[in-house]
Amino acid sequence: MILAPADLPLWAAIAVAFFLLFGASLTLIGAIGFLKLPTFYERIHAPTLGTSWGVGGVMLASMIFFSVTSSRLVVHEVLIGLFITVTTPVTFMLLARAALHRDRAENTGYAPEKKKASLPVQEEGQIRPADN
Amino acid sequence: MLPYPILTVFLILMWLLLNGFTLGHFVLGTLVAVFASWGMASLRPDKPKIRKWHLLFKLFGIAFYDIIRSNLAVAAVILRGRPKGHVSSFLLLPLEIEDRTALALLAVILTSTPGSAWLEYDSHDRTVLLHVLDLVDEEQWIDTIKNRYEKLLVEIFA
Repeated sequence: MILAPADLPLWAAIAVAFFLLFGASLTLIGAIGFLKLPTFYERIHAPTLGTSWGVGGVMLASMIFFSVTSSRLVVHEVLIGLFITVTTPVTFMLLARAALHRDRAENTGYAPEKKKASLPVQEEGQIRPADN
Repeated sequence: MLPYPILTVFLILMWLLLNGFTLGHFVLGTLVAVFASWGMASLRPDKPKIRKWHLLFKLFGIAFYDIIRSNLAVAAVILRGRPKGHVSSFLLLPLEIEDRTALALLAVILTSTPGSAWLEYDSHDRTVLLHVLDLVDEEQWIDTIKNRYEKLLVEIFA
């Protein structure tokens, strides 16, 4: 049996509205932070609001709404949340490492220097006198 | 026949979740999952050795709670600005875990937690460079990650 959205029981309507607004506001705040924060490394924190509980809230709302209206458990939204959680770090690290690399190459002073970067060179230096 | 039984089961489950629980889709999903796990085997990834399954749920529980908390904290920082004395800064964290799956899991948890970002892992020094949005006490941060997450990960993948 499929219920019309207007026949949604009150408790479900409140839960759906709460999670939907919760997720949507967190995503909006993340977007505002993305615009407002001053440096790149601070800005990368803001969108994670959208990819964690932003998507989580919308996902829960969708699960409750469709489970109640179609009178069966609808859980495939979990897959969306799972895949977003697992794939975000990949793009995230790509962006962050590209920024680190550029800041180090251009010596902008934003990124901390890499320690022990000269290690392979030292080893070469040790081998060369022995060869001669 | 089945190099990755757990992967195969989860692929079948995913197929059924997306397409509906019918016998036809079960057969089709099983076919897809078996071929996909053969494909996975030809990539020859490290087989993760999980010793204590039940601790995995504890880890997810802790991470789930921390993610909610830091979501609200970061939202407050964006809307109201950082409180006095708090800075955003880089943090070099020494790690004991070396297992690839454990590292990947820690990276996913730290990245999913707003306010902390996993930037760069150095497998030679076994350190990871983090960026923290709202830092008060560096030692406390390192302590939290080491005691809350790393200890559990060491036990799970020991």
